Amino acid sequence: MTVLTALARAAAATGGRALPTKTVRHVHLAARPLVLVAAQLAGEACAPLAVLVGDDRDKPRLLVVYEPRDRTQRFEFAADLAAIVLPAIESHISACDHGDDGSVERSEPYPDAPQLLVPNQPTASFLRLLGRSTRFRRTEGEHAVHPSVPVLGRWLTYFAERAEVSPSSQLLPMTAVLADHWATGQSAAEDANLAALLAWISPPDGMTAREASRVAEDPVRCPPAGPVTDPTFDNEVLEPILRAAHEAGLTGDAARLSRARADMERALRGQLEPTWALMWRAIDLLDDLSPAAHVEPRWLSDRWSFTNQAAWVRDGGAPQARRDSAVAAARRLARLEREQQRLAVERAYDDPLVMAEYRMTGEAFAGDVVDAEPARIDTAGKRPVLRPWITVATTDEVLFEPGAVLKSPLRPAQQATVKDVVLTGRGITQVVLELKGGMGRSLTPPPGSVPTAGDNVTYTSLKDDFQPALKFPEIQDTPWTHGGPPPEYVPTAEDAREDWS
Amino acid sequence: MSIADAAASARAVTEAILGDLAKAERGVVVDSPPGAGKSTLVVAAAASLAERGERVIVVGQTNEQVDDLIDRLASEHGVLRIGRLSAQDYIPADRVYKHQNVTVSSSIADLSEYPLVIATAAKWAMLSNTGLADPGTRWPWAIVDEAYQMRSDALLRIAHLFDKALFVGDPGQLDPFSTVETERWLGLNWDPMSSAVAVLLVNNPGIPVHTLPVSWRLPATAAPVVSSAFYPFSGFTAATELKDRGMTWNTRPFGMTSIDLALQTAADSGWALYELPHRHALRTDGEAVDACAALAARALLRGGVTTSERGQHGVTGERIAIGVAHRDQAAAVRRALRAQALAYPVLASALGGVVADTANRLQGREFDLTIMLHPLSGRRDATAFHLEAGRLCVLASRHRHACVVVARAGIPELLDAHPSAEPVHLGVPVKFPDGWEAHHSLMAHLSQFRVPSE
Repeated sequence: MTVLTALARAAAATGGRALPTKTVRHVHLAARPLVLVAAQLAGEACAPLAVLVGDDRDKPRLLVVYEPRDRTQRFEFAADLAAIVLPAIESHISACDHGDDGSVERSEPYPDAPQLLVPNQPTASFLRLLGRSTRFRRTEGEHAVHPSVPVLGRWLTYFAERAEVSPSSQLLPMTAVLADHWATGQSAAEDANLAALLAWISPPDGMTAREASRVAEDPVRCPPAGPVTDPTFDNEVLEPILRAAHEAGLTGDAARLSRARADMERALRGQLEPTWALMWRAIDLLDDLSPAAHVEPRWLSDRWSFTNQAAWVRDGGAPQARRDSAVAAARRLARLEREQQRLAVERAYDDPLVMAEYRMTGEAFAGDVVDAEPARIDTAGKRPVLRPWITVATTDEVLFEPGAVLKSPLRPAQQATVKDVVLTGRGITQVVLELKGGMGRSLTPPPGSVPTAGDNVTYTSLKDDFQPALKFPEIQDTPWTHGGPPPEYVPTAEDAREDWS
Repeated sequence: MSIADAAASARAVTEAILGDLAKAERGVVVDSPPGAGKSTLVVAAAASLAERGERVIVVGQTNEQVDDLIDRLASEHGVLRIGRLSAQDYIPADRVYKHQNVTVSSSIADLSEYPLVIATAAKWAMLSNTGLADPGTRWPWAIVDEAYQMRSDALLRIAHLFDKALFVGDPGQLDPFSTVETERWLGLNWDPMSSAVAVLLVNNPGIPVHTLPVSWRLPATAAPVVSSAFYPFSGFTAATELKDRGMTWNTRPFGMTSIDLALQTAADSGWALYELPHRHALRTDGEAVDACAALAARALLRGGVTTSERGQHGVTGERIAIGVAHRDQAAAVRRALRAQALAYPVLASALGGVVADTANRLQGREFDLTIMLHPLSGRRDATAFHLEAGRLCVLASRHRHACVVVARAGIPELLDAHPSAEPVHLGVPVKFPDGWEAHHSLMAHLSQFRVPSE
């Protein structure tokens, strides 16, 4: 926790209301996101119990596994889920494949990509496990499943892997997004509860945040957001129904069985619907924020990634391997690190409240331009070049030394080299900067390209420069230090087997 | 152990290592405790391979380390032609530039005739990709320095450049880290987050591992403490005896402030715990940071003199380090040092030489006096980052003479309230030493040298 978030949390605690910690929304919000709320059977690693899913807030679809311990039913459930999720994905593809079968390599990504919103991180992990348990399934022979099941597995795995890429907005856990944009007066563990978090951010009319968050802790009035269910519900509601259904199945009592199933649907709907409503309230809250400048370019990466994955699935690509090879692991780590770095810089450029964190640690400063020489010409080199100087007065602590190269979020094409740092007393520091680039080719700068006296400016050592991707050996060239080239990956029935399934 | 005995035992191990190098099929790993003559070994191995006519590349981790190594190699082997492969914007440091037998170039083509070429791992990794070198270029030998600091994915990128390699490093120092979630690779033989050595040994279990036996840096007051806290299984001893090292002050203080008392305790016994009152504080705890800077300024003002097997030397600013856990703490300490320089203009240049940095960046460096801001000082909790044994080990093993630890009271209680709760993963060897245990062990020792700040 940084000093600023600690301060915001303390202020939220004393003020009794969550404080916004961002001025803009840093995630993309799709026009029709696919929302999914899940429950799983307690004590099992990945036994789905029910999901409430859909992209229409008034018409969620409820899918229930009546006997979650029955693996056949589990995969029937996966096929039912695929029947909802896959068309939602397909709709983004078919919208633009005019007649052609899409086999031509695309020069443009699809105009939009699917977005999956879940209440919390554990639900995202649940989808990852569900993807892992379905993507290797066979569609013929023993234990055959519906052909849509392994396709669903590939897509769920794709979403889970995108969620690891920090700038991606394809699968978002709502609590993480909200906690990033608001600071509450409760602990991080309490923030992981969607109901409690929303109670702080927008308490219902007539209630304070504290009262609302106390209500949120009552599992009867606010059932958990899943996938873990409330133990009292398990013991007192779910278990008797499951037992009744089981006994009815043994005795062949069809009426009793259908009664038990109706009971189960009603009970699980009651558990999931409150969270469904909270999800849409959270979406409305996020929708009220205006998107940050870099959200659109980041979503473009998501669209490209989706376009490539769609081609892979359509061409019958193999399911994603259970484990990365040495080369694949190194490549993935390099990509994740680069993307995270990029996100950090973009967020700071987009949002003064994020930049404030860097000002606290001395990686940025903001202040007013007190002096400017916009037409300064440097004649030391072979030919004269335009090198304006500006002097910025700031009350921030400046840790940069002369020679440091900085950038301003307002003028990302321009480099500013620190020439001098003068402490003038009364806590004010004057920084002299030499500017280079972003001013055209002539020796007089175009208006607006150089800050003028009185302008408020921010300079930072964070740079959005293009970083070339690191290169790694090909998989068949894996060196001896890392075990040599691995055998070619062929998905087998072994892959579908889990210790816990 | 006398210095002669220590030299003999170090020589025996070095000879065994060079012997293994001559018959190695794949490589040799050498574990080196702090100050055990790792650079000396690298120099000896490079020279021995070069003398056999083998072309060698040396892989360092940072430009700083590479330049240090070149200085050593070029000084001790004036006839050896050394190539320094560098980035285009690299400006040779004075200690590299002054050597006639060193050539700096950003192109491997200029250096292809050299028996010994040195560069950072990042530069070597670029080499294979930018078409600077023929893709078939391979060297028979590589020496990888600070191999425990190197991530295994960095090794993956350069491993095609050589047939055999000598890996040298300190297993007690900081593990490589990443800012992203890396749990998905835990337990894999090629976890990119493991150190280069860990991955190498898992995939090639036949590679011989040697351990250097004595520390030339750590004094007899520190070696047993560091050895038992951080190297509980391999262990090492100090090369020098108590009588070989000493630290005194040129001046006597008026009265004895707690700062003077801490410096005196450290000079007498090798350690001091300068203890501030218990308080939960921000990471850049102003009082603790000021205390670090005041200790450094006072040591310079008093004029320290060290006596060792290298003779008598004054303690200059460059011989003092202030070690911290976080970058913002280092920045705060530097700021406090500048404030001390304003207060004592006579010390301004000496204070400018004091090195204030994080544990990561102090790895591999050596000082006479170190001042360490304890990673757990003023904290409310003990996270895995702050408990990491490697971080504490680096901070507690940089000194030749004395180490002053600055901390708020209550660290043993904090440790007791936060037993290490890291999950155990299948296929991941349990890491020793345990950071929690190492912290307790060091605090138990320091409690004998406690100096309250007021």
